[in-house]
Amino acid sequence: MNAISKLSRRSFLVGTAATAGGLSLGFHVPFAAAAGDLPPEVNAWVVVKPDDTVVIRIARSEMGQGSLTGLAQLVAEELACDWSKVTTEYPTPGQNLARDNAWGDMSTTGSRAIRRSHEYVRQGGAAAREMLIAAAAEQWSVPASECSAADSIITHQPSGRTVTYGQVADAAARQTPPAEITLKDPKDWTIAGKPLLRLDTADKLTGKQKYGIDLTQPNMLNAAVRACPVFGGKLAGFDAAAVEKMPGVRKVVQVDDTAVAVVADTWWRAKTALDALPITWDEGSNANLSSATIADMLAEGLESKESFVGNSSGDAPGVLAGAGKVITATYAYPYQSHATMEPMNALALYTGERCEVWAPTQSAESSLETAAEAAGLPIGQCDVHKVHLGGGFGRRGAGQDYVRQAVSIAKQMPGTPIKLIWSREEDMLHDFYHPTTQCKLTGALDAEGNLTALHMRISGQSILAALRPGALKDGMDSAVFQGLNDGGEESAFGYTIDNLLIDHAMRNPPVRPGFWRGVNLNQNAIYLECFMDELARAAGKDPLAFRRALMANHPKHLAVLNAVAERIGWESAPPQGVHRGLAQIMGYGSYVAAAAEVSVSDGQLRIHRIVAATDPGHAVNPAQIERQVEGSFVYGLSACLYGECTVKGGRMEQENFDTYNVLRMAEMPKVETIIMPSGGFWGGVGEPTIAVAAPAVLNAIFAATGKRIRRIPLVNQDLGSV
Amino acid sequence: MARITVNGIPHDVDVEPDTPLLWVLREQLGLTGTKYGCGVAQCGACTVHVDGAATRSCALPVSAVEPNQNVTTIEGLSPDGGHAVQKAWLALDVPQCGYCQAGMIMAAAALVAQNKSPTDADIDAEMTNICRCGTYNRVRAAIKRAAEEA
Repeated sequence: MNAISKLSRRSFLVGTAATAGGLSLGFHVPFAAAAGDLPPEVNAWVVVKPDDTVVIRIARSEMGQGSLTGLAQLVAEELACDWSKVTTEYPTPGQNLARDNAWGDMSTTGSRAIRRSHEYVRQGGAAAREMLIAAAAEQWSVPASECSAADSIITHQPSGRTVTYGQVADAAARQTPPAEITLKDPKDWTIAGKPLLRLDTADKLTGKQKYGIDLTQPNMLNAAVRACPVFGGKLAGFDAAAVEKMPGVRKVVQVDDTAVAVVADTWWRAKTALDALPITWDEGSNANLSSATIADMLAEGLESKESFVGNSSGDAPGVLAGAGKVITATYAYPYQSHATMEPMNALALYTGERCEVWAPTQSAESSLETAAEAAGLPIGQCDVHKVHLGGGFGRRGAGQDYVRQAVSIAKQMPGTPIKLIWSREEDMLHDFYHPTTQCKLTGALDAEGNLTALHMRISGQSILAALRPGALKDGMDSAVFQGLNDGGEESAFGYTIDNLLIDHAMRNPPVRPGFWRGVNLNQNAIYLECFMDELARAAGKDPLAFRRALMANHPKHLAVLNAVAERIGWESAPPQGVHRGLAQIMGYGSYVAAAAEVSVSDGQLRIHRIVAATDPGHAVNPAQIERQVEGSFVYGLSACLYGECTVKGGRMEQENFDTYNVLRMAEMPKVETIIMPSGGFWGGVGEPTIAVAAPAVLNAIFAATGKRIRRIPLVNQDLGSV
Repeated sequence: MARITVNGIPHDVDVEPDTPLLWVLREQLGLTGTKYGCGVAQCGACTVHVDGAATRSCALPVSAVEPNQNVTTIEGLSPDGGHAVQKAWLALDVPQCGYCQAGMIMAAAALVAQNKSPTDADIDAEMTNICRCGTYNRVRAAIKRAAEEA
């Protein structure tokens, strides 16, 4: 109950008036209305207007994943309101701080929006319902126990009198929140759990939806930025005079010690001048870094004597040393760019006393901390207004470099709103890349073809070491073992192998890594599930039967695998020329599996059909889960087919979609989604399925061609020469 | 200075002639529904119609558009979101993040205007816009639905 605090309207208005900062804005900003016009909130989560419109406050960011709608469903379910009158708004992180964290964690990463807040948002809705009922009962002078609520109408059962939420909302705000709340049993849900349409569709069809890149303010100027393209390099100098007379240019400014920006009346003029600006870089010590030198560094780690152990049982090295049949293979996973459709951008206004930022962000709190630090102001004098994201995928979470830059530029032009937009090239050259790793797998088979020992040695980059060194435990990054952990509720290994060793040799090239949708589950699922396929083939066994024999102690992992096998018809022959592959994994608290049907003809791959199964425990909006699963194949197959950023001369070689291709419509397979929530836990859905996309397809390619692909992307592989 | 006609209205805009149409629409005319995604005519987020033809505006200098040619943006596709493509998009709840969707809708509207019964192969050939969220299969279904109703 600590998330539900009774709030005096006065303190709320004081906080929001300060936040609005007197700005005149060209778009709707939550709380920006004049104080006198603000409708009373019932509590932090719920505002009911006199016309019965229900405004549900959403703390997590919407970036296409649909949790804005799902979270609203959870609140509305307990609120017992009329769904057709629901709208949403974002509180700011500054308001969250000022109100003692009333909205909890705002971070929208790790597939956590719903699974980590479902309980307190439902409590918020239920508390508001009880307060609305209490207000009606007080008005009627009847016991609240004689009243009930449904569809935003409160009914006094004995008399049949009714009143709408909007009519008692003001009085409800003055009620004391209930001391105890009993949440509905999910089996009784009528709004949550249903495949409702999204709340945010209409404006996306007409051009009305505003993204960060679209914002304008009076007297706003636009900035284009360029940072040293070599990792770790610095800005050595620039000749501002060469471009200062170009059309629209207002100022050329240094940004931190790594970048330079041109500020102009329009972004196109800023970019044009930036392209013409003579810049010299101090490329530093990484100027000779290349993909080959990085690969060598990781290969050394595969054989290193020292490692961090993530999961072990029995004596894998001993059994492998004495085994009759040993299978070994080495896999690799490249750097990849997030490539959100909307490039990085942020709008900042610095006045000396305050700093306000409008940004598409997955982590409003991180944006606020970054803004305050860059502005050199106390955090209480700053705020961040979230804007709808044109894709996130992890890029707009931990890494707030674009906010830092926008504030750094705005600070050099006090009083002028500055909108910073990165070009696509800047976006791809300065990503927080999917980390690169390699994995050497060694398995022992006995005479009957049973797996008696498995060693997975992962070598490569740690995201935590780069971004959250405080999260390392005695130097170890436990997140590297995502999907490979010995039990747990987050990402447990799905096989029982008597002699098992999974360890990590940390090797950190000077290329900044980041959380890339699916994170470490992506490569781990390829390593594990493709090698399982290799072992099954070496044992002369069916890949499904081989897995099943190791999964008796992992019924939820097994259930999703069985579900996809059954739906794709694993036990019967595929159509002529079509071949199948399977994969399963657990991550983000959910169990997922995929089966793929592909054909390879003259070296050309066609992915005909995907069947995917997800057990997320509870399904809040099955239609949105289906979209996340389908989207996971767009993301995961883009990575599998095309995704690679290569390093040469200390910088990325790919700068735009012409050299960093992604899956397009013609290549998109049919996806059949099986949602099988088994209850008792809450898992995420935005990320886990990405991890099974590539291995299911790679295993199907082996079935089709006999060729084992151990290194993505496929665009670099010749599937025609077997 | 350039003269262009956008959504039926002529405008004189004070820009360098090599300014891409996209940035004229966004920055001079305030029509921000058309999106910047790549600047090299790869992703299609900037798709508009020039005399009805789907055109990637990010790599088209404004000087290449004649004053009498009509540029249609997502804001001008219909007065109220009632174009057959928009209605089909709404019915199938197509968008996810939505950033690519204006370009998708404009490309789809040009397709169904010329092809009343697009096959999967027609759609594959014409719809090369990039979506990173995962709307491709619903885009395909919505195009077929819109073509039936158009």
